[in-house]
Amino acid sequence: MKVLVTVKRVVDPYVKVRVKADGSGVETANVKMTMNPFCEIAVEQAVRMKEAGIVTEIVAVSIGVQQCQETLRTAMAMGADRGILVETAEEVQPLAVAKVLKAVVAKEQPRLVIMGKQAIDDDSNQSGQMLAALLGWPQATFISNIEIAGDNAEITREIDGGLEKLTVKLPAVATADLRLNEPRYVTLPNIMKAKKKPLEIVKPDALGVDVAPRLKTLKVQEPPKRSAGVKVNDVADLVNKLKNEARVV
Amino acid sequence: MAVLVIADHDGKQLKPGVTNTITAASRMGDPVVVLVAGDACAGAAEAASKVAGVSKVLLSEAPYYAGGLAENLAALVVTLAPQYGHLVAPASGFGKNVMPRVAALLDVQQISDISGVETPDTFVRPIYAGNVLATVQSSDKIKVVTVRGTAFDPAGAAASAAPVEKLAPAPDAGLSQFKGQELSKSTRPELTAARIIVSGGRGMGSAENFKILETLADKLGAAVGASRAAVDSGYMPNDYQVGQTGKIVAPELYIAVGISGAIQHLAGMKDSKVIVAINKDPEAPIFAVADYWLVEDLFKAVPEFTQAL
Repeated sequence: MKVLVTVKRVVDPYVKVRVKADGSGVETANVKMTMNPFCEIAVEQAVRMKEAGIVTEIVAVSIGVQQCQETLRTAMAMGADRGILVETAEEVQPLAVAKVLKAVVAKEQPRLVIMGKQAIDDDSNQSGQMLAALLGWPQATFISNIEIAGDNAEITREIDGGLEKLTVKLPAVATADLRLNEPRYVTLPNIMKAKKKPLEIVKPDALGVDVAPRLKTLKVQEPPKRSAGVKVNDVADLVNKLKNEARVV
Repeated sequence: MAVLVIADHDGKQLKPGVTNTITAASRMGDPVVVLVAGDACAGAAEAASKVAGVSKVLLSEAPYYAGGLAENLAALVVTLAPQYGHLVAPASGFGKNVMPRVAALLDVQQISDISGVETPDTFVRPIYAGNVLATVQSSDKIKVVTVRGTAFDPAGAAASAAPVEKLAPAPDAGLSQFKGQELSKSTRPELTAARIIVSGGRGMGSAENFKILETLADKLGAAVGASRAAVDSGYMPNDYQVGQTGKIVAPELYIAVGISGAIQHLAGMKDSKVIVAINKDPEAPIFAVADYWLVEDLFKAVPEFTQAL
């Protein structure tokens, strides 16, 4: 079974981002970039399924600037067999991401697409569901477990009050939640091996996809800051302040 | 133009966040219609009919709507879409699952997790873990929107109940099957609806140690939450997670215990009215957002806290 995994290059989650002085966007120049954490979990899942003999080939896909090649090399160092970069310097919003991926799926014919549930920059949480919709495939979102059983996948997914079990028909799109697995660290020999793996670069035009944004960002700003708090000396002081000052207990 | 709110419910009642979503919806257009679709959900439809600002409730029941299966629900919503200017749902697990599928089927770019309605086509939404607020304008004919419940007040009770209309279900897409749910059993309030939340982080050290937080929570009538680090370490299940990729909460009182305050956690709780942080590390970043902070070993402070109440 062939699997497609998607990887997004994002600002490192531990970096505190700054708004550009003109309010037009977020400062990303000279900021540490990394693979979106949920995409790492998606790649890890595909690699584990290959190690278990369920998956035969893993194709990693990224959409974005030239430097996304590095993100794809990381995916290949984790165990993906080859990479495809759909290269564009434009902002690609989730609907356009889904359209690009649909074109890649048409070409690659995977039986399963595994994506991260959410990118930690834009926080949209849309692309996987949208891809499933455009393909007419079932969606298994926010998964914490997946078992392949013949023509179906047995899914456990994270919901607001606990866990949910689903059966979805293959082919399907799955999106990874936090507890699906713990991604491996890439080793130096695997980084070296990844450099020799094939990486294809295509443009959205060549896939026949219009990626023009539908949402226009009018401005970005920082949220209002909380006013400074006070240090309390001990528990008695804390309880007193909560009862008499804040009046919340 | 009319607004359709797609309700998140458990069959009998609306989930927390739906009435807040109705408030947000009423700022986008008029009238506000609520769709309650599920396996057996007449109770939830009745609850929706009693919310102020709701003009009509559509009730659609079918066994294959159980668990809110996205494939089947999206197909139903798409058939209704032409009559509405906005399709709106809470940014809960349910809304996040179903709405992007609806949007893609309509060739619309969804606007996720809005915290403000500027005009019917312009919305404010937090990005980068809430460290940035983006104001975005949609050029799509139908707006598909999910709403951050904590950013809007809940709609109150209506003076008289709105009519409930039966709606024939759309056919089963046959792509997925609901097999059941394992819900966390708890007598405590639900995280997103709780007035007080007591949350633990990696500093708790083990799942066992969360018991002292639960005792405190019970004394306060509070919900229990956890940081991503605590979930990652296996101390608590994922549905307890507060943060950028977990639940977004804004209770009257949030007590963070043994939580350092990673960006991704702050994203989920920094709009709480009063924040208390207890941590033995005087440099913990959580103190920057706390109204009251106590530098002390949590294993000493938490039992004392419970005792003092």
